[in-house]
Amino acid sequence: MADEALFLLLHNEMVSGVYKSAEQGEVENGRCITKLENMGFRVGQGLIERFTKDTARFKDELDIMKFICKDFWTTVFKKQIDNLRTNHQGIYVLQDNKFRLLTQMSAGKQYLEHASKYLAFTCGLIRGGLSNLGIKSIVTAEVSSMPACKFQVMIQKL
Amino acid sequence: MSRQANRGTESKKMSSELFTLTYGALVTQLCKDYENDEDVNKQLDKILFSNFLPRGFNIGVRLIEDFLARSNVGRCHDFRETADVIAKVAFKMYLGITPSITNWSPAGDEFSLILENNPLVDFVELPDNHSSLIYSNLLCGVLRGALEMVQMAVEAKFVQDTLKGDGVTEIRMRFIRRIEDNLPAGEE
Repeated sequence: MADEALFLLLHNEMVSGVYKSAEQGEVENGRCITKLENMGFRVGQGLIERFTKDTARFKDELDIMKFICKDFWTTVFKKQIDNLRTNHQGIYVLQDNKFRLLTQMSAGKQYLEHASKYLAFTCGLIRGGLSNLGIKSIVTAEVSSMPACKFQVMIQKL
Repeated sequence: MSRQANRGTESKKMSSELFTLTYGALVTQLCKDYENDEDVNKQLDKILFSNFLPRGFNIGVRLIEDFLARSNVGRCHDFRETADVIAKVAFKMYLGITPSITNWSPAGDEFSLILENNPLVDFVELPDNHSSLIYSNLLCGVLRGALEMVQMAVEAKFVQDTLKGDGVTEIRMRFIRRIEDNLPAGEE
């Protein structure tokens, strides 16, 4: 699908734009990550709203997470999450073995430290999506070897 | 079960919404970033304006490669042909719309792209305090960046915008010059 390239390039520009315009200390204290995460949050909220318009009501939390892993992920990243694990106490780990936003980077260790910049938006995307389905959460990401990455979703119980 | 059924047909449209929404989030963030500075509020849109062009430009510089690889379009012989390719192939491919080409200048170096509906503004309404923001300005940067990579210096700007109450969105393109390759001294 051709328009995928547009999204990838826009995302790259967003990351580099946010980091270039960063003021003194903003990179260190995580302001940049927060900004990217917030943008993702907005997009996640909007997308999930459009996407669940005609779907049946979800059974439970796990059903929602499965929806995120399959339908939502396929729409955004053209593939499903490869592995979903949970401790059944509100923690879910979503593993993507070939994460779309990392595939264009070198697979070695060279850029490992920069990977988090390219995951922040997606963390927000998940959090925003869940939030509009009534689930408050904290989403973090980690990369041990590119282009695989794990997103950890911690559900905040009300 | 209805969830399973409508997957696929919707997914193409959804991915364009992903782009639209992401772009919206970016503009909003930029507006926020510059808002704290009440003193330069008047300058706000000028800042945004100058901030957007380079971003679009960078996208264009990379997008042209993707475009050439995918589209199988050959060399254009004149600016009219370029205009056709931009409107009928490039816009169709990336944004799913085909703008019409009008208002050629007598010299054939200027034309207008008329966008009946601009997917970038699908969910957008300009608040009153941002009435002079050129929301879709990214497009101009993309056009400029992409064409510069194929040796054409052009100027692109919005002259009409549906967000500002105009009936259509119009991008005016002007051919400036052909960029000659300058080989470094001593190399053939």
